[in-house]
Order: sequence, then C-alpha cells, then structure tokens
Amino acid sequence: MTVESTAAARKPRRSAGTKKSPSTKPELVQLLTPEGERLKNAEYDKYVAGITPEELRGLYRDMVLTRRFDAEATALQRQGELGLWASLLGQEAAQIGSGRATREDDYVFPTYREHGVAWCRGVDPTNLLGMFRGVNNGGWDPNSNNFHLYTIVIGSQTLHATGYAMGIAKDGADSAVIAYFGDGASSQGDVAESFTFSAVYNAPVVFFCQNNQWAISEPTEKQTRVPLYQRAQGYGFPGVRVDGNDVLACLAVTKWALERARSGEGPTLVEAYTYRMGAHTTSDDPTRYRGDEERLAWEAKDPILRLRRYLEASNHTDEGFFAELEAESEALGKRVREAVRAMPDPDHFAIFENVYADGHALVDEERAQFAAYQASFADGEGA
Amino acid sequence: MAETVTSKTATSKNMALAKAINESLRRALDADPKVLVMGEDVGKLGGVFRVTDGLQKDFGESRVIDTPLAESGIVGTAIGLALRGYRPVVEIQFDGFVFPAYDQIVTQLAKMHARSLGKVKLPVVVRIPYGGGIGAVEHHSESPESLFAHVSGLKVVSPSNASDAYWMMQQAIQSDDPVIFFEPKRRYWDKAEVDPEAIPGPLHKARTVRTGTDLTLVAYGPMVKLCQEVADAAAEEGRSLEVLDLRSISPLDFDSIQTSVEKTRRLVVVHEAPVFFGSGAEIAARITERCFYHLEAPVLRVGGYHAPYPPARLEEEFLPGLDRVLDAVDRALAY
Repeated sequence: MTVESTAAARKPRRSAGTKKSPSTKPELVQLLTPEGERLKNAEYDKYVAGITPEELRGLYRDMVLTRRFDAEATALQRQGELGLWASLLGQEAAQIGSGRATREDDYVFPTYREHGVAWCRGVDPTNLLGMFRGVNNGGWDPNSNNFHLYTIVIGSQTLHATGYAMGIAKDGADSAVIAYFGDGASSQGDVAESFTFSAVYNAPVVFFCQNNQWAISEPTEKQTRVPLYQRAQGYGFPGVRVDGNDVLACLAVTKWALERARSGEGPTLVEAYTYRMGAHTTSDDPTRYRGDEERLAWEAKDPILRLRRYLEASNHTDEGFFAELEAESEALGKRVREAVRAMPDPDHFAIFENVYADGHALVDEERAQFAAYQASFADGEGA
Repeated sequence: MAETVTSKTATSKNMALAKAINESLRRALDADPKVLVMGEDVGKLGGVFRVTDGLQKDFGESRVIDTPLAESGIVGTAIGLALRGYRPVVEIQFDGFVFPAYDQIVTQLAKMHARSLGKVKLPVVVRIPYGGGIGAVEHHSESPESLFAHVSGLKVVSPSNASDAYWMMQQAIQSDDPVIFFEPKRRYWDKAEVDPEAIPGPLHKARTVRTGTDLTLVAYGPMVKLCQEVADAAAEEGRSLEVLDLRSISPLDFDSIQTSVEKTRRLVVVHEAPVFFGSGAEIAARITERCFYHLEAPVLRVGGYHAPYPPARLEEEFLPGLDRVLDAVDRALAY
C-alpha cells in the first residue's frame, strides 16, 4: 500500500466540516466507510439526500452486473474468444457512481475501461466487445447514448470532451460533458491542454480521473509529485479527491461537479481514488511489479461489499433481492457469452467502408483491385 | 504564355491569395452559423499573415476564436466541436508547428469516422501556411504534405492561386471529411481574378494550366507558378511543355496526369518537399504502372533534399528553382 492511500484511509472523518477554497477542501470525500457506515458530509450530503432505497439497490445491482460482465469478458479472452480485455475490476463504484450522476443529454468521453459507465449510459455490453474481439474498432453509434467511442491513445479524449463542452456552451444548452481518464493519462500533454482550454473558455466539462494507482507497471509516484486533484488549482478550477470505492461519494461529488458545469461555473477535476484489482489488460502480468499485500489491503475496501453492508444494516434489502440479482447476473453472463460467440466476422470489404464520408478515388480503386484479386481465387477454385 | 487562371468577368474581383481565403472564410461564416474559425492569433491580430483579418470583428469572439498556444489542443477541441455539430476551420500558424497536433490529426481526426462505422462525421479543415522562399527562420518553411497524404481518412489539398484558394476553401468547409488545406505562403500576395459567382469544378481534380506536347510538368501550390515560368523559358528554346496543377494531393488525380503523359511521354514532378518519399515518388510509381509503354524517359522529380530545411540564406539552393527544373526537363528530353 502506498503512503498516500494509507494516509487517505486513516482520516476519512476529516471530510466533514472544512470547506471554501479548493486548497482547503477535504482531502478525501467519503460517505460510506469500507465497513458500510454512512458518514455525514456537510458539503456533499445534499447531492444524495433524496436517494431512495430502490435507487441504492439500483447502484448495487449496477455494480454487481458490471463486475459479472467484466468477469465474463476476461473469461472469454482466456477462452480465445476475445483478443484482449481491459478489466475494470475494483473500479465499479467510481464508474457507476459517476455514470449515474449524468443526465441523458450529457455527453461521456471514455477511455477503454469504462464498461461501468457504458452500462449506465445504456450501451449494450455486447457492443463493447466488438473491438476486443477484433470485428470492429468501436462500432457503436456515439450519439445513440451520448457515449463516445473508446479511446486507446491515452488522454486524447479529454480534448474532444473539452471541444464538445465548448460547443454546448456556444449552443446555450445546459448539458455537461464528462471526460474519463486515469492517473497515467494525467502525464499526457493533451490532458494538460484540455485543462487549459476548458479553463480559458469556462467549458462545462467534468474531468473524472480514476486514479487506480497503476499505469500498467508504473505506480502513481512515477506520474506526479502532488495529489492529482491538486493540479486543478494551477489551472484555476476546483479539484476534489473522492473515495473511488464509495459509490455514494462518487455519485454525490460528480453530481456537484456536473451542476457546476451546468450553471456556468466551468470545469472541475474529480480524482476518484481507487485501485485496479486486476491486470492492466489480459496481456499484463502484475506479479512482475507489485505485491499481494497492496491488493489485499484494497480488497478490504471493496466497493460492492461496502454498499452491501450498508444496505443490510439499513434493512433496505432481503435475501430475495440478492438471489434475484445472482440469477440476473448469471443470465447476463450467458447472454454475453452467446453474443460474443455468435458475433460474425466482418465482411472482407469492410476494410474499405467508411474510410471517408464523401468517398475517395484511391479507396474506390483499391476496393476494385481487392475484389478482382479475390475473384481470381474464386475462378481458380471453380475451374 | 501561361494562361491566366480566371479571366476577368463582370462579377470578378482582383485580389491576393491571402485575401481570397479571407473572403472565402467570410462567406462560409456568413452562410453557416456552425462554421467556426480558430487558431493562435486569428482574432484581433487577424493571423500572422492577416488571412483572418477582420473576421472576429464581424463575427464575434465566439465564432472566430483566439486559442491558447497549443496545437494539439486546437485540433483536439476542434474534433469535439465537430462531434457537437460544428464545422471548425483551424489555423496552424506555420507548417513546422503542426507536429504537436499530428497525433490528434492522424490518430483521432483521420480515423474517427471509420471507427464509428460511419456514424460520426468530422468536417474539420486544418489550414497550414506552408513552404519556403520567404527568408524565414527555422520551422517556418517546411512542406509536410506527404506526411498527411500518407494517412487514410484525410484529404489534402493545396491551391496555387487566388481563385482556387477561394473556391477550394469553400469546398473544403463543405466537405464532411477532414481536409488538410496547405496554403502556399510565398504566394499569399500574388493577385488573380476571383469570381464569387463562378461555378467551381470538383475539388479533387487537377487543372491543365497550359497545354504542350513534349513533356508534362506536374506541380501544386507554390511550384505551379515556377513551372509556368519553366514552360515559358523552355518555349524560348522550342520546347512545348504541358503544366498540370494537381490542386489535390489526396485524392490525387492520376487520370489527368495519365492523359497528359500518354500525349507527351515524359513527366517531371516538382515540389518543395524533399524528394525522398515525397508525393513525386507516388506519382512516379503510379504513372510508370499506368503509362509504362508510353514513357520515353523515367519520371524525374525535382524537390528538396534529404536534409533539414536550411537557413534562409541557403534556401534558394534547397528549393527547386527555374534552372533546376529546366535541368530535369533537359535530362528527361535527352532520353
């Protein structure tokens, strides 16, 4: 466990009380302790004050189903059905809490690991698997759910999010944009430029950084000397660190940040302090660079377990709820499994599709050459 | 004599190439509220070459946007604006400054339409003043067009004269594809007739600047004028050269080159960019494939050397000039 995270875990109660300028904001906003105890928070309680038991169960369901989907995808990679998978294990609360804070007309710019946010936006999970199976490079319509395509080159999407937010402001709309990125991405120039542009134009964008402590093999100490959320101050907008394993805190803080955006107060940086429980992707081997102790310490802070403890202590659930959810989970796993296996390989000519919107003579010429080449095989076999 | 690009008409105006782009941007801003102009110093200053002069005053800071000094940010936010339904025309101040934005252009702008299976469109124009011959300091005189033509998903064009600059900019803004618009900065002050009432030809079609029978000279952007001068000089020696202005580098109008070469049987390609892996290499390869039995000589290329763009006092040696192109013409005709 890092020094940072130990310190953060030890003093959650400091979160109540202090306020005003960004520099004196509580270091870690936490509303649910790992034991499931609900902490009062003068600043952020109001953003989840009206939450109903049904909505709390909904958050729990979202996290459980997202984890189940994620586990299924990992298994499908192991079975050779997917070429690669980037697991979100451990980051369910950060993604579901922030994702559920968004409104339908908001726009989301994800990295390649935001499976939980995609779930909240109503993107069918099977749509996320096309690129990992190698049948397309994205494939969903970003405008159907206001959920942009996954972005693999680290940090690039923060600029797209900023530009989109600038457009919202020009339109006079009160929608907001949320840009996801990670601790590794925080080192990218594009992220720094997106902070600059969004601040200068007061763009309605929330930068949601999931600090999962690891950028493949590099710990956060290799990216920064200051807590990431504090970087916002230098750009002139607030930054807040939230317990990324606390779905309620993530929901509250993101709602606050989105409301700021909607009301013309400009960008906010939210650092969701969490942990990547699994490997970077299925191609990674974390045993080469980190020990089990750290993982075990974070396991005790599991986002799903803590909400379950809170739900049970509050008598918001019964055995029937959990049993039903388990059945739903298994059904989702089965559906995903079957959908992936049934996913057809793309037509060969898909190579030449949508290269340009208005067409291009060279693409047409090469498509024709490719067709003639393929036809020559068919002739040969038929002869 | 080289023919004039556009003859004078009742509705034409004589203007410099930079002014023609300015007028074209003004027309686009006027016609479509979704068109935006953005870049470093494009607002109050009107751009370092004054191409956007007066636009912010007339269309406001929300549509003619002075950006922070960050090229990747300019293109990256333009992508986001395009996703929101805008049609940004961004300016990269100089050719050598485009590389901080190269990742956004190549990795994001060029590929997003395909990645979305055609669901999103990226109508972004990236304006880049390019080329040398103006005695500038380092990074202000480069010709990186091949680095963009090599990338699928982008269209790459370069006008050689004021009339084309006006109309090609209109067409680039109307295009639903990203267009890299290379402006020949040493020709910014060259004047020609521009007729805003004219009906322009297709954006990606080459233009025969002058007809000839002995050899075809192919060029685009700043080198078209030079090739006209070469043809004039060659005519004095009794050589009849045909000059093609490609106008578009991607897609590239090979049909027009082929038609010309089948007649003249000799081809010299001229560009400021280094010859190695330059657009001339692609033209030579394809025309050799298409016209193998028509060619009387190998396709020759005249361009920059495989060396960093030199200090200004050496640039006349680095850039193709009248004598170097004539030398290539002589060599081609000697076969």
